[in-house]
Amino acid sequence: MTPLIADSEVGETDPFLASFDTFEGEEMASSPPSWLRPFRKAGLSRFAELGFPTISDEDWRFTNVASISKLPFSPMGKTPSAGADRLSLDILPFSGVPVHRLVFVDGHFAKDLSRIGALPPGVVVTNLAAGLSDPSLELEKRLGKLTQDSKNAFGALNSAYFTDGGLVIIPPGTALGGAVHLCFVTTSSQAGASTNVRNLVHVGQGASGTVLESFTGLNPARTLTTCVNETWVESEAYLEHIRFQDETLESYHVGSLHYHLGSRSRCWAHSFSLGARLFRANIRATLAGEGLECILNGLYLTRAEQLADHHMVVDHTQPNGTSHEYFNGILDDRSRAVFHGRILVRQDAQKTDAKQTNKNLLLSDEATVDTKPQLEIYADDVKCTHGATTGHLDEDAIFYLRSRGIGLERARRMLMHAFAGEIIERVQNEPLRAVLDRIVRNRLEQNPHVKVEI
Amino acid sequence: MLEIRNLHAGIDGKQILKGVTLTINPGEVHAIMGPNGSGKSTLSAVLAGRDGYEVTAGEVIYQGKSLLEMAPEERAREGVFLAFQYPVEIPGVNSTYFLKAALNEVRKHHGLVELDAIEFLALVKDKMKALELREDFLKRPVNEGFSGGEKKKNEIFQMAVLEPKLAILDETDSGLDIDALKVVSAGVNRLRRADNAQLVITHYQRLLAYVIPDFVHVLCDGRIVRSGGKELALELEQRGYDWILSERNHTA
Repeated sequence: MTPLIADSEVGETDPFLASFDTFEGEEMASSPPSWLRPFRKAGLSRFAELGFPTISDEDWRFTNVASISKLPFSPMGKTPSAGADRLSLDILPFSGVPVHRLVFVDGHFAKDLSRIGALPPGVVVTNLAAGLSDPSLELEKRLGKLTQDSKNAFGALNSAYFTDGGLVIIPPGTALGGAVHLCFVTTSSQAGASTNVRNLVHVGQGASGTVLESFTGLNPARTLTTCVNETWVESEAYLEHIRFQDETLESYHVGSLHYHLGSRSRCWAHSFSLGARLFRANIRATLAGEGLECILNGLYLTRAEQLADHHMVVDHTQPNGTSHEYFNGILDDRSRAVFHGRILVRQDAQKTDAKQTNKNLLLSDEATVDTKPQLEIYADDVKCTHGATTGHLDEDAIFYLRSRGIGLERARRMLMHAFAGEIIERVQNEPLRAVLDRIVRNRLEQNPHVKVEI
Repeated sequence: MLEIRNLHAGIDGKQILKGVTLTINPGEVHAIMGPNGSGKSTLSAVLAGRDGYEVTAGEVIYQGKSLLEMAPEERAREGVFLAFQYPVEIPGVNSTYFLKAALNEVRKHHGLVELDAIEFLALVKDKMKALELREDFLKRPVNEGFSGGEKKKNEIFQMAVLEPKLAILDETDSGLDIDALKVVSAGVNRLRRADNAQLVITHYQRLLAYVIPDFVHVLCDGRIVRSGGKELALELEQRGYDWILSERNHTA
């Protein structure tokens, strides 16, 4: 191995570095583009340099990743999992919705499970590994461009080890007919097994499309998923991006979502997090043009020992931009949520309209929330608000419903569903919204704490 | 229909109702008037079953059953309806969904078949028109962003849909302008039948000019201190509550 490892003071990263030779050896056998090797090595070296974050790092104060660093790290290599071809589509979420579907099993593209329908001329919807071997796409000009300044150890780890992911390119002025579903499923039951995937989405000037990402797991195990997204929404383009995470309650999931928005573009990004023992989303939105609109909309449902952590930075660099963040969480048992929302309004970003709310509903006295809104404003003519609430179901509303004949249990469910519904109803794509609504509703129905103990 | 016997109740250890006795028969409209702090709201809260109120003595018999032993939803299903003084905003709960669920709970309780969405809409359409509610009303979340008048109309609209046996109207006139008051009162009067009863709780006589009571009771310091016909309301309006209070002190 290269000497950079010796420089690292964080010995716990060693197992995460040691797998690289084997991984790369397999990779070379498939003759990847020449630029990819230095790209991966740079990621590895960056990871070694950063090490795992600790709770003394301000951005990770409430989320301890020591349990991830102690995993017997085993990245998914070139060989697809044996079980991939035995998978049935029915067990995958959103399988009933007609979309362009790319299925990835343990980080590998499963062609037989995937189906890409007819696409408008010039639209690219494929798996990233296929895109990398097509020089005409010039992905070396894209990959890593939005993440290069990031001090994100998990993102760096992903650069070194990513196996595949989704690639969506919509040329200028083109509407992507039908949504793209990037469907990631983990089948491994081996502790430390790590799926590292990467998505690249480029919506050209005046183009539009909907991209759904889902993450599910089949076997409860201490697996690790890292995912890095680089998403460009060029000027006057529109993207609806839906992210749905429902991995097993033993697993770890760290997602790094980078958005780069052009002038008068609109980006509606939704995050639904239901699964994983530890979930972390690093959301970075660079609002690089004038008069754009960025909606970050999220719902998390946690129970047992789950932790859901959303850490976002919205960077207003140009005038007349609008950014709204709405995050609602429903927490049960001893679960925890962390919300860190930083809105940065640079000096040139006059007339910025930025709004941020984080609302939490606690179903248990042991559930906790750490919420930290943060405004950093250097322009003088802006409208910025933020607010956070944490509380229990509204007793007055429950009584009102009961006074009309609705039972206590149903009243509670109605209110919980309404709270989740505030987020769900912002999803613009109707068929996907209906599925999300059903999944969330079912999950809330299963909650034993809604039951009345009399 | 309703028999309140020597009802004592309070909240947070504070005694508010100190022996209320009142009998309401089918077909009757009763008004309870009283100054602020006399226990009017406590009475409606106890009858509807709001949490936190403690009944220390007395009983309430509704259609032969002990009302106080019933959960709020059971009372509603048995035909007790409270029109709230301050209707609650419930963001995210669609008005149609809410009211259809409520109506079907009541129907189920009475062994009636549940209504589907189309039957429900057919049922409510005229009732909405009668209360001058806008067409988009049912699509909005319950009471969210409604004006004071809209909220009160919504209460009476719900009452019209649920068709209770006993309706308790808690300060229904508060916050209403004269036009809205007329619409709401007409709505209440339309629901008046020989087999149901209304209990109108109000501080002012204003509403009683439109919803004409058969009996008026004056609640002071947790007791009914005087009962009479509808003319008692007018007398109170002219002479104020001090008149009754001082007369009472005098005789005591």
